Amino acid sequence: MKLIQIIKIAFKNIISNKLRSILTMLGLVIGISSVIALVGIGNGSSSEVKTQVQALGTDILTIAITSTENSLSYEKLEEIKELSNIKEVTPFKNISATVNRGSTTVTRASIIGTNASYLEVTNTKLETGRTISVIDIENKSKVCILGKDIATSLFRLADPLGQSIKLNGDNYVVIGVLEEQGSSMGNDIDSNILIPITTAKYLGSDTSINNLYTKVEDESRIQRTISSLENYVRTTLQISSDEYSVTSQDSMLNAVDSIDNTLSLLLGGIASISLVVGGIGVMNVMLVSVTERTKEIGIRKALGAKRSDILFQFLIEALVISILGGILGIICGILARKYSKQNRIYL
Amino acid sequence: MNMLGLLDIPDSGEYVLDKVNILNQPDRKLASLRNKKIGFIFQSFNLLSKLNALENVQVPLMYQGIPAKKSKEMAYWYLEKVGLKGREKHHPNQLSGGQQQRVAIARALCCKPEIILADEPTGALDSKTGNEIMKILEEMNREGQTIILITHDIEIAKRAKRMVKILDGKLYEV
Repeated sequence: MKLIQIIKIAFKNIISNKLRSILTMLGLVIGISSVIALVGIGNGSSSEVKTQVQALGTDILTIAITSTENSLSYEKLEEIKELSNIKEVTPFKNISATVNRGSTTVTRASIIGTNASYLEVTNTKLETGRTISVIDIENKSKVCILGKDIATSLFRLADPLGQSIKLNGDNYVVIGVLEEQGSSMGNDIDSNILIPITTAKYLGSDTSINNLYTKVEDESRIQRTISSLENYVRTTLQISSDEYSVTSQDSMLNAVDSIDNTLSLLLGGIASISLVVGGIGVMNVMLVSVTERTKEIGIRKALGAKRSDILFQFLIEALVISILGGILGIICGILARKYSKQNRIYL
Repeated sequence: MNMLGLLDIPDSGEYVLDKVNILNQPDRKLASLRNKKIGFIFQSFNLLSKLNALENVQVPLMYQGIPAKKSKEMAYWYLEKVGLKGREKHHPNQLSGGQQQRVAIARALCCKPEIILADEPTGALDSKTGNEIMKILEEMNREGQTIILITHDIEIAKRAKRMVKILDGKLYEV
């Protein structure tokens, strides 16, 4: 008996049991499309994170000091800058404050206390105005630079330069507005406000410097620079190795990547379970179909069907259901993936 | 009947069909023997309800590996022979008992078997249609077709050239 004829019989049987076949396929469609969509979302978010990190620059090292007793003083920054392969260094401090201008209020806005080098290190440019000067740092001036989004929400179309806004009730003069950057690494610079790091103490922060960004000159020597920075921090502050960290964007990338991979694996695993359940659905339907068609099998055997012919008939029927379900599942999965991409749904 | 038709294997004794001892034969061999040498006609017709008359006749031809186009031609020819011209596309539930049995006869004939096994072919039919079926079988017999017919209707049995009687599992020549 020819394969084409067996396939024809299989199609005939599937069509004559429309509802049952469709329900069986549905199990497979859901299983396959969820595997595709979820793994796709997982991969998509890891590649998204990668581009974000790369946009920030792979030549940036982050120093974080977690020691509660010791921290760097502002003067030490010059010393770090003198270390080999360091191009630029900038401290930063994350504070949250309530921002006011007239009747517009932004609660818990993200304020970054930093210095003039911040813009260079993070590859950010000013749209208008000037950057934070050394004098601002020394005088603890109450000045600020606005991110594009927060400038728009506070001033709408008006020019914010020279105007003043209230941070936790104190007046700050706007000296500059940043170019639009887009968010990166969960840090949306467009809605940040930059102020001199020394001024940060007015907003309830201490004067210690715990977080630094450094930009290296030569990326190929980045590993050595990490060690020299670690060395410097350890010897100057006399703290143990678990009280500070020096991380490159690369290692951050790897960390995020491995989290993402674990998550995709987990989601893929969960989706696979639904695929297995779908498979069991097919088995169940074929089992019922065999017991229900014993008479047909008997007649076919009397007419000269071999055991293998009967076996093939049922196997091909299961195969046709599975393949149709699979194709539909792939289509649904790709559509779901497209949708999630368009709407930027990530892990 | 099941044993003659190679559907059951005897527990004891032996069965030689056309010089082949069917004991210890593999399933595929028995299937092919059933397909080529034996045609079945059942009391309850046993047509495949999802297939139409034409496709029902094509089934054994398909298992012989005959291409669809040729088996279709053959099926048309045999259906015409049993007087069902014009009803080829009807499904079994659209056919009367007599017509269904005629489809079954066409199905049994189309492989040109050496024996046709007919198990009470008229049992489910009224005497008039039963008679028509018998006429077709007699016609086939005249053309040289061997038919083994099982019946408990003595009138039908008398129309056969040779009659044997089974009583309590024993065979008697009449």
